[in-house]
Amino acid sequence: MTAITTTIDGETVTWRDHKRYIWPLSLVIPLLPFLAYVGVERTGWNVLWWNGPLWILIGIPLLDTLIGTDKANAPDWAFDDLANDRYYRVLTYLYLPLQYAGFFWGAWMVTNADLSTFSKLGLTFTVGAVGGIGIANAHELGHKKPKLERWLAKVVLAQTGYGHFEIEHNRGHHARVATPEDPASARFGETFWAFLPRSVLGAATSGWDLEKRRLARVGKGPWQLDNDVLNAWAMSVVLFGVTIAVFGVQIIPFLLVQAVFGFSLLEVVNYLEHYGLLRQKDENGRYERTQPRHSWNSDHIATNVVLYGLERHSDHHANPTRRYQTLRTFDDAPQLPSGYGTMIGLAYLPPLWRKVMDPRVLALHDGDITKINVDPRKRDKIYARYGVSVGG
Amino acid sequence: MARFTCPGCDYTYDEEAGEPREGFPAGTPFADIPDDWPCPDCAVRDKVDFEPADG
Repeated sequence: MTAITTTIDGETVTWRDHKRYIWPLSLVIPLLPFLAYVGVERTGWNVLWWNGPLWILIGIPLLDTLIGTDKANAPDWAFDDLANDRYYRVLTYLYLPLQYAGFFWGAWMVTNADLSTFSKLGLTFTVGAVGGIGIANAHELGHKKPKLERWLAKVVLAQTGYGHFEIEHNRGHHARVATPEDPASARFGETFWAFLPRSVLGAATSGWDLEKRRLARVGKGPWQLDNDVLNAWAMSVVLFGVTIAVFGVQIIPFLLVQAVFGFSLLEVVNYLEHYGLLRQKDENGRYERTQPRHSWNSDHIATNVVLYGLERHSDHHANPTRRYQTLRTFDDAPQLPSGYGTMIGLAYLPPLWRKVMDPRVLALHDGDITKINVDPRKRDKIYARYGVSVGG
Repeated sequence: MARFTCPGCDYTYDEEAGEPREGFPAGTPFADIPDDWPCPDCAVRDKVDFEPADG
Protein backbone atom coordinates (compact mmCIF):
# COMPACT_ATOMS: atom_id res chain seq x y z
CA MET A 1 0.00 0.00 0.00
CA THR A 2 1.69 3.16 -1.13
CA ALA A 3 -1.25 5.52 -1.38
CA ILE A 4 -3.73 6.17 1.42
CA THR A 5 -7.23 7.16 0.36
CA THR A 6 -10.34 8.38 2.10
CA THR A 7 -13.63 10.02 1.18
CA ILE A 8 -14.20 13.63 2.19
CA ASP A 9 -17.54 15.25 1.23
CA GLY A 10 -18.22 12.50 -1.30
CA GLU A 11 -14.87 12.92 -3.03
CA THR A 12 -12.04 10.42 -2.94
CA VAL A 13 -8.85 11.96 -1.61
CA THR A 14 -5.44 10.33 -1.97
CA TRP A 15 -2.28 10.99 0.03
CA ARG A 16 1.16 9.57 -0.56
CA ASP A 17 4.07 9.64 1.87
CA HIS A 18 6.79 11.30 -0.19
CA LYS A 19 9.42 10.13 2.34
CA ARG A 20 8.38 6.48 2.00
CA TYR A 21 11.33 5.53 -0.21
CA ILE A 22 13.78 7.85 1.53
CA TRP A 23 13.57 6.04 4.88
CA PRO A 24 15.52 2.93 3.65
CA LEU A 25 18.55 5.25 3.42
CA SER A 26 18.74 4.99 7.23
CA LEU A 27 20.17 1.51 6.57
CA VAL A 28 23.25 2.99 4.89
CA ILE A 29 24.56 3.80 8.40
CA PRO A 30 25.05 0.17 9.59
CA LEU A 31 26.79 -0.52 6.25
CA LEU A 32 29.44 2.16 6.90
CA PRO A 33 32.17 -0.25 8.12
CA PHE A 34 31.82 -2.22 4.85
CA LEU A 35 31.62 0.96 2.77
CA ALA A 36 34.82 2.09 4.48
CA TYR A 37 36.52 -1.08 3.28
CA VAL A 38 35.28 -0.59 -0.29
CA GLY A 39 36.37 3.07 -0.19
CA VAL A 40 39.86 2.26 1.05
CA GLU A 41 40.23 -0.56 -1.51
CA ARG A 42 39.22 1.74 -4.36
CA THR A 43 41.20 4.84 -3.41
CA GLY A 44 43.96 3.69 -1.09
CA TRP A 45 43.03 6.52 1.30
CA ASN A 46 43.22 5.08 4.82
CA VAL A 47 41.34 8.10 6.19
CA LEU A 48 38.17 6.49 4.80
CA TRP A 49 38.25 3.97 7.65
CA TRP A 50 37.00 6.99 9.64
CA ASN A 51 33.91 7.37 7.46
CA GLY A 52 31.53 7.04 10.44
CA PRO A 53 32.78 10.18 12.25
CA LEU A 54 33.36 11.87 8.87
CA TRP A 55 29.74 11.38 7.85
CA ILE A 56 28.46 12.66 11.20
CA LEU A 57 30.67 15.75 11.37
CA ILE A 58 31.00 16.68 7.69
CA GLY A 59 28.85 14.59 5.30
CA ILE A 60 25.48 14.84 7.01
CA PRO A 61 25.82 18.57 7.91
CA LEU A 62 26.63 19.22 4.22
CA LEU A 63 23.60 17.21 3.08
CA ASP A 64 21.40 19.02 5.62
CA THR A 65 22.58 22.35 4.19
CA LEU A 66 22.14 21.26 0.57
CA ILE A 67 18.84 19.35 0.85
CA GLY A 68 17.23 21.53 3.51
CA THR A 69 14.04 20.88 5.45
CA ASP A 70 10.75 19.08 5.08
CA LYS A 71 7.78 20.75 6.79
CA ALA A 72 5.10 18.32 5.60
CA ASN A 73 2.81 16.50 8.04
CA ALA A 74 0.57 13.56 7.17
CA PRO A 75 -3.13 14.52 7.22
CA ASP A 76 -5.02 13.32 10.32
CA TRP A 77 -7.17 10.89 8.31
CA ALA A 78 -4.09 9.10 6.97
CA PHE A 79 -2.51 8.72 10.41
CA ASP A 80 -3.74 5.23 11.36
CA ASP A 81 -2.95 3.66 7.99
CA LEU A 82 0.49 5.23 7.99
CA ALA A 83 1.20 4.11 11.57
CA ASN A 84 0.06 0.53 10.91
CA ASP A 85 1.95 0.05 7.62
CA ARG A 86 4.41 -2.74 8.43
CA TYR A 87 6.88 -1.52 5.79
CA TYR A 88 8.17 1.20 8.13
CA ARG A 89 8.46 -1.19 11.04
CA VAL A 90 10.45 -3.75 9.03
CA LEU A 91 12.98 -1.05 8.09
CA THR A 92 13.73 -0.49 11.78
CA TYR A 93 14.20 -4.25 12.38
CA LEU A 94 16.81 -4.50 9.59
CA TYR A 95 19.29 -2.24 11.38
CA LEU A 96 20.14 -4.87 13.99
CA PRO A 97 21.53 -7.70 11.76
CA LEU A 98 23.53 -5.19 9.69
CA GLN A 99 24.83 -3.51 12.87
CA TYR A 100 26.15 -6.77 14.32
CA ALA A 101 27.54 -7.95 10.98
CA GLY A 102 29.64 -4.77 10.97
CA PHE A 103 30.56 -5.16 14.63
CA PHE A 104 31.94 -8.70 14.30
CA TRP A 105 33.54 -8.00 10.93
CA GLY A 106 35.19 -4.90 12.44
CA ALA A 107 36.49 -6.99 15.35
CA TRP A 108 37.86 -9.53 12.88
CA MET A 109 39.56 -6.84 10.76
CA VAL A 110 41.13 -5.14 13.78
CA THR A 111 42.68 -8.41 14.99
CA ASN A 112 43.48 -10.14 11.67
CA ALA A 113 43.94 -7.63 8.85
CA ASP A 114 47.19 -5.86 8.16
CA LEU A 115 46.08 -2.35 9.14
CA SER A 116 47.97 0.63 10.60
CA THR A 117 46.98 1.91 14.05
CA PHE A 118 45.41 4.94 12.35
CA SER A 119 43.24 2.67 10.19
CA LYS A 120 42.28 0.38 13.08
CA LEU A 121 41.27 3.34 15.20
CA GLY A 122 39.23 4.75 12.32
CA LEU A 123 37.38 1.47 11.83
CA THR A 124 36.80 1.27 15.61
CA PHE A 125 35.24 4.76 15.60
CA THR A 126 33.14 3.87 12.56
CA VAL A 127 31.83 0.73 14.29
CA GLY A 128 31.15 2.96 17.34
CA ALA A 129 29.22 5.40 15.15
CA VAL A 130 27.00 2.53 13.98
CA GLY A 131 26.42 1.51 17.62
CA GLY A 132 25.73 5.12 18.62
CA ILE A 133 23.28 5.86 15.82
CA GLY A 134 21.87 2.43 16.65
CA ILE A 135 20.73 3.99 19.93
CA ALA A 136 18.33 6.12 17.83
CA ASN A 137 17.09 2.88 16.28
CA ALA A 138 16.74 1.30 19.75
CA HIS A 139 14.98 4.47 20.87
CA GLU A 140 12.35 4.04 18.16
CA LEU A 141 11.88 0.35 19.03
CA GLY A 142 12.03 0.80 22.82
CA HIS A 143 9.11 3.23 22.93
CA LYS A 144 6.72 0.83 21.27
CA LYS A 145 4.18 -1.27 23.11
CA PRO A 146 4.89 -4.71 21.52
CA LYS A 147 7.31 -6.77 23.64
CA LEU A 148 9.28 -7.91 20.58
CA GLU A 149 10.27 -4.36 19.71
CA ARG A 150 11.36 -3.58 23.27
CA TRP A 151 13.48 -6.73 23.31
CA LEU A 152 15.10 -5.85 19.98
CA ALA A 153 15.89 -2.40 21.44
CA LYS A 154 17.89 -4.02 24.23
CA VAL A 155 19.85 -6.18 21.77
CA VAL A 156 20.74 -3.09 19.71
CA LEU A 157 21.89 -1.30 22.90
CA ALA A 158 24.13 -4.21 23.99
CA GLN A 159 26.94 -3.07 21.66
CA THR A 160 27.36 0.23 23.54
CA GLY A 161 26.65 -1.16 27.04
CA TYR A 162 23.69 1.22 27.21
CA GLY A 163 20.89 -1.27 27.87
CA HIS A 164 19.70 0.78 30.86
CA PHE A 165 18.68 3.48 28.35
CA GLU A 166 15.49 1.60 27.48
CA ILE A 167 14.24 1.96 31.07
CA GLU A 168 15.83 5.30 32.01
CA HIS A 169 14.79 7.07 28.83
CA ASN A 170 11.18 5.86 28.81
CA ARG A 171 10.42 6.10 32.51
CA GLY A 172 12.98 8.65 33.74
CA HIS A 173 13.83 11.13 31.00
CA HIS A 174 10.28 11.35 29.63
CA ALA A 175 8.82 11.98 33.08
CA ARG A 176 11.43 14.58 34.13
CA VAL A 177 12.37 16.15 30.79
CA ALA A 178 13.26 19.87 30.83
CA THR A 179 13.68 19.98 34.61
CA PRO A 180 16.90 20.30 36.67
CA GLU A 181 16.14 16.80 38.07
CA ASP A 182 16.67 15.16 34.66
CA PRO A 183 20.26 14.02 34.02
CA ALA A 184 19.56 13.93 30.26
CA SER A 185 18.34 17.56 29.93
CA ALA A 186 21.21 20.04 29.44
CA ARG A 187 21.23 23.22 31.47
CA PHE A 188 21.83 26.74 30.19
CA GLY A 189 25.56 27.50 30.32
CA GLU A 190 26.51 23.83 30.80
CA THR A 191 29.14 22.74 28.26
CA PHE A 192 28.77 19.39 26.52
CA TRP A 193 31.95 18.23 28.27
CA ALA A 194 30.40 18.92 31.69
CA PHE A 195 27.06 17.44 30.62
CA LEU A 196 28.61 14.19 29.31
CA PRO A 197 29.76 12.67 32.65
CA ARG A 198 26.68 14.00 34.48
CA SER A 199 24.33 12.40 31.97
CA VAL A 200 26.26 9.10 31.66
CA LEU A 201 26.37 8.56 35.43
CA GLY A 202 22.86 9.96 35.92
CA ALA A 203 21.38 7.62 33.30
CA ALA A 204 22.92 4.51 34.88
CA THR A 205 21.91 5.38 38.46
CA SER A 206 18.45 6.57 37.44
CA GLY A 207 17.79 3.42 35.38
CA TRP A 208 18.89 1.24 38.28
CA ASP A 209 16.75 3.19 40.79
CA LEU A 210 13.65 2.99 38.58
CA GLU A 211 13.90 -0.79 38.31
CA LYS A 212 14.76 -1.15 42.01
CA ARG A 213 11.64 0.82 42.96
CA ARG A 214 9.44 -1.14 40.54
CA LEU A 215 10.73 -4.47 41.88
CA ALA A 216 10.26 -3.26 45.48
CA ARG A 217 6.56 -2.74 44.71
CA VAL A 218 6.43 -6.33 43.44
CA GLY A 219 8.12 -7.40 46.69
CA LYS A 220 11.50 -8.31 45.17
CA GLY A 221 15.05 -7.04 45.52
CA PRO A 222 17.01 -5.59 42.57
CA TRP A 223 19.49 -8.46 42.08
CA GLN A 224 17.59 -10.72 39.69
CA LEU A 225 17.10 -11.15 35.99
CA ASP A 226 13.59 -9.63 36.18
CA ASN A 227 15.49 -6.37 36.56
CA ASP A 228 15.41 -4.98 33.04
CA VAL A 229 18.53 -2.90 33.63
CA LEU A 230 20.45 -5.88 34.97
CA ASN A 231 19.39 -8.26 32.18
CA ALA A 232 20.23 -5.63 29.55
CA TRP A 233 23.70 -5.17 31.04
CA ALA A 234 24.04 -8.98 31.09
CA MET A 235 23.54 -8.97 27.30
CA SER A 236 26.54 -6.63 26.98
CA VAL A 237 28.60 -8.85 29.28
CA VAL A 238 27.77 -11.89 27.15
CA LEU A 239 28.42 -10.03 23.88
CA PHE A 240 31.76 -8.65 25.04
CA GLY A 241 32.69 -11.99 26.65
CA VAL A 242 32.01 -13.89 23.43
CA THR A 243 33.95 -11.31 21.41
CA ILE A 244 36.96 -11.61 23.75
CA ALA A 245 36.73 -15.43 23.69
CA VAL A 246 36.77 -15.44 19.88
CA PHE A 247 39.27 -12.64 19.13
CA GLY A 248 41.43 -12.67 22.28
CA VAL A 249 42.17 -9.99 24.86
CA GLN A 250 43.68 -7.72 22.19
CA ILE A 251 40.09 -6.90 21.16
CA ILE A 252 39.41 -5.13 24.48
CA PRO A 253 40.55 -1.63 23.31
CA PHE A 254 38.25 -1.98 20.27
CA LEU A 255 35.31 -2.89 22.53
CA LEU A 256 35.91 0.00 24.91
CA VAL A 257 36.58 2.72 22.34
CA GLN A 258 33.61 1.84 20.11
CA ALA A 259 31.24 1.65 23.12
CA VAL A 260 32.37 4.98 24.62
CA PHE A 261 32.28 6.78 21.27
CA GLY A 262 28.88 5.21 20.54
CA PHE A 263 27.17 6.29 23.74
CA SER A 264 28.85 9.70 23.61
CA LEU A 265 26.98 10.24 20.32
CA LEU A 266 23.69 9.55 22.07
CA GLU A 267 24.69 11.93 24.84
CA VAL A 268 25.57 14.77 22.47
CA VAL A 269 22.12 14.38 20.92
CA ASN A 270 20.60 14.40 24.42
CA TYR A 271 22.57 17.60 25.05
CA LEU A 272 21.10 19.52 22.15
CA GLU A 273 17.52 18.27 22.43
CA HIS A 274 16.50 20.25 25.53
CA TYR A 275 19.35 22.74 26.14
CA GLY A 276 18.21 25.39 28.62
CA LEU A 277 14.49 24.59 28.31
CA LEU A 278 12.45 24.40 31.53
CA ARG A 279 8.96 23.31 32.51
CA GLN A 280 7.39 25.67 35.05
CA LYS A 281 5.81 24.50 38.32
CA ASP A 282 2.14 25.11 39.10
CA GLU A 283 0.81 26.38 42.45
CA ASN A 284 0.91 22.83 43.88
CA GLY A 285 4.58 22.45 43.01
CA ARG A 286 3.85 19.98 40.19
CA TYR A 287 5.66 20.51 36.91
CA GLU A 288 3.48 21.57 34.00
CA ARG A 289 2.81 18.94 31.36
CA THR A 290 5.52 18.68 28.70
CA GLN A 291 4.69 21.09 25.88
CA PRO A 292 6.13 21.57 22.37
CA ARG A 293 8.20 24.51 23.73
CA HIS A 294 10.23 22.09 25.91
CA SER A 295 12.21 20.45 23.05
CA TRP A 296 14.47 21.69 20.27
CA ASN A 297 13.35 20.61 16.80
CA SER A 298 14.74 20.49 13.32
CA ASP A 299 13.19 19.43 10.02
CA HIS A 300 16.45 18.88 8.16
CA ILE A 301 15.88 15.83 6.01
CA ALA A 302 19.31 14.16 6.08
CA THR A 303 19.61 13.92 9.88
CA ASN A 304 15.92 13.08 10.23
CA VAL A 305 16.31 10.04 7.99
CA VAL A 306 19.37 8.83 9.88
CA LEU A 307 17.77 9.27 13.32
CA TYR A 308 14.20 8.09 12.51
CA GLY A 309 12.55 11.50 12.79
CA LEU A 310 13.99 12.14 16.24
CA GLU A 311 14.37 15.82 15.39
CA ARG A 312 10.61 16.21 15.42
CA HIS A 313 11.22 16.05 19.09
CA SER A 314 8.30 18.02 20.49
CA ASP A 315 5.77 15.63 18.98
CA HIS A 316 7.85 12.72 20.24
CA HIS A 317 7.70 14.03 23.82
CA ALA A 318 3.99 14.70 23.60
CA ASN A 319 3.33 11.24 22.09
CA PRO A 320 6.28 8.95 22.86
CA THR A 321 4.68 5.76 21.54
CA ARG A 322 3.99 7.34 18.12
CA ARG A 323 5.86 5.71 15.21
CA TYR A 324 8.60 7.67 13.45
CA GLN A 325 6.92 7.93 10.07
CA THR A 326 3.95 9.75 11.64
CA LEU A 327 5.79 12.35 13.76
CA ARG A 328 4.64 15.90 13.05
CA THR A 329 6.43 19.21 12.92
CA PHE A 330 5.06 22.12 14.96
CA ASP A 331 5.44 25.71 13.78
CA ASP A 332 5.50 27.08 17.32
CA ALA A 333 8.15 24.66 18.67
CA PRO A 334 11.73 25.88 19.25
CA GLN A 335 13.79 25.32 16.10
CA LEU A 336 17.51 24.65 15.94
CA PRO A 337 19.37 26.72 13.34
CA SER A 338 20.54 23.54 11.57
CA GLY A 339 20.17 19.76 11.63
CA TYR A 340 21.40 17.65 14.52
CA GLY A 341 24.53 16.78 12.49
CA THR A 342 25.77 20.38 12.39
CA MET A 343 24.71 20.99 16.00
CA ILE A 344 26.82 18.02 17.19
CA GLY A 345 29.93 19.72 15.80
CA LEU A 346 28.96 22.96 17.57
CA ALA A 347 28.31 21.15 20.86
CA TYR A 348 31.90 19.83 20.81
CA LEU A 349 33.10 23.47 20.76
CA PRO A 350 31.44 25.14 23.78
CA PRO A 351 32.27 28.82 22.98
CA LEU A 352 30.69 28.43 19.52
CA TRP A 353 27.72 26.52 20.91
CA ARG A 354 26.99 29.21 23.47
CA LYS A 355 27.38 31.96 20.91
CA VAL A 356 24.77 30.30 18.68
CA MET A 357 22.41 28.85 21.28
CA ASP A 358 22.41 31.10 24.35
CA PRO A 359 20.82 34.08 22.53
CA ARG A 360 18.20 31.69 21.10
CA VAL A 361 17.31 30.31 24.54
CA LEU A 362 17.06 33.85 25.98
CA ALA A 363 14.99 35.11 23.03
CA LEU A 364 12.49 32.25 23.48
CA HIS A 365 11.90 33.44 27.04
CA ASP A 366 11.98 37.21 26.36
CA GLY A 367 15.31 37.37 28.15
CA ASP A 368 13.80 36.12 31.45
CA ILE A 369 16.56 33.94 32.94
CA THR A 370 14.20 32.69 35.68
CA LYS A 371 12.22 30.76 33.03
CA ILE A 372 15.34 28.87 31.90
CA ASN A 373 16.85 25.58 33.11
CA VAL A 374 20.06 26.52 34.95
CA ASP A 375 22.29 24.53 37.29
CA PRO A 376 20.55 24.84 40.72
CA ARG A 377 23.94 25.10 42.47
CA LYS A 378 25.01 28.04 40.32
CA ARG A 379 21.60 29.64 40.09
CA ASP A 380 22.26 32.78 42.14
CA LYS A 381 25.42 33.56 40.22
CA ILE A 382 23.81 33.04 36.81
CA TYR A 383 20.70 35.01 37.78
CA ALA A 384 22.91 37.90 38.98
CA ARG A 385 24.75 37.90 35.65
CA TYR A 386 21.43 38.40 33.84
CA GLY A 387 20.31 41.18 36.18
CA VAL A 388 17.98 39.23 38.47
CA SER A 389 18.61 40.18 42.08
CA VAL A 390 18.59 37.21 44.40
CA GLY A 391 16.97 38.39 47.59
CA GLY A 392 16.81 36.66 50.96
CA MET B 1 -14.23 -3.37 38.56
CA ALA B 2 -13.41 -0.18 36.71
CA ARG B 3 -10.93 0.76 34.00
CA PHE B 4 -8.92 3.96 33.66
CA THR B 5 -7.19 5.26 30.54
CA CYS B 6 -4.08 7.40 30.10
CA PRO B 7 -5.16 10.51 28.18
CA GLY B 8 -1.78 10.60 26.43
CA CYS B 9 -1.39 7.17 24.86
CA ASP B 10 -4.58 5.13 25.53
CA TYR B 11 -2.89 2.74 27.95
CA THR B 12 -5.67 1.33 30.11
CA TYR B 13 -5.43 0.22 33.73
CA ASP B 14 -7.95 -2.52 34.37
CA GLU B 15 -8.59 -3.14 38.09
CA GLU B 16 -9.53 -6.74 37.36
CA ALA B 17 -6.22 -7.52 35.64
CA GLY B 18 -4.09 -5.13 37.65
CA GLU B 19 -0.55 -4.48 36.40
CA PRO B 20 1.54 -7.19 38.08
CA ARG B 21 4.80 -6.08 36.42
CA GLU B 22 4.43 -2.70 38.12
CA GLY B 23 3.63 -4.30 41.48
CA PHE B 24 -0.17 -4.01 41.32
CA PRO B 25 -1.62 -7.55 41.40
CA ALA B 26 -4.96 -8.43 39.78
CA GLY B 27 -7.78 -6.81 41.70
CA THR B 28 -5.79 -3.79 42.93
CA PRO B 29 -8.25 -0.87 43.12
CA PHE B 30 -7.18 2.20 41.16
CA ALA B 31 -7.50 4.19 44.39
CA ASP B 32 -4.63 2.16 45.93
CA ILE B 33 -2.17 3.23 43.22
CA PRO B 34 0.14 6.11 44.22
CA ASP B 35 -0.73 9.49 42.66
CA ASP B 36 2.73 9.94 41.18
CA TRP B 37 2.72 6.58 39.34
CA PRO B 38 3.45 7.43 35.70
CA CYS B 39 1.78 5.73 32.77
CA PRO B 40 3.91 2.59 32.13
CA ASP B 41 3.75 3.08 28.34
CA CYS B 42 4.39 6.80 27.81
CA ALA B 43 5.34 8.28 31.24
CA VAL B 44 3.98 11.62 29.95
CA ARG B 45 0.93 11.55 32.24
CA ASP B 46 0.57 10.37 35.86
CA LYS B 47 -2.12 8.35 37.63
CA VAL B 48 -3.98 11.53 38.67
CA ASP B 49 -4.42 12.45 34.98
CA PHE B 50 -6.07 9.12 34.07
CA GLU B 51 -9.71 9.17 32.96
CA PRO B 52 -12.43 6.56 33.63
CA ALA B 53 -12.80 4.30 30.57
CA ASP B 54 -16.16 3.15 29.23
CA GLY B 55 -17.14 -0.47 29.28
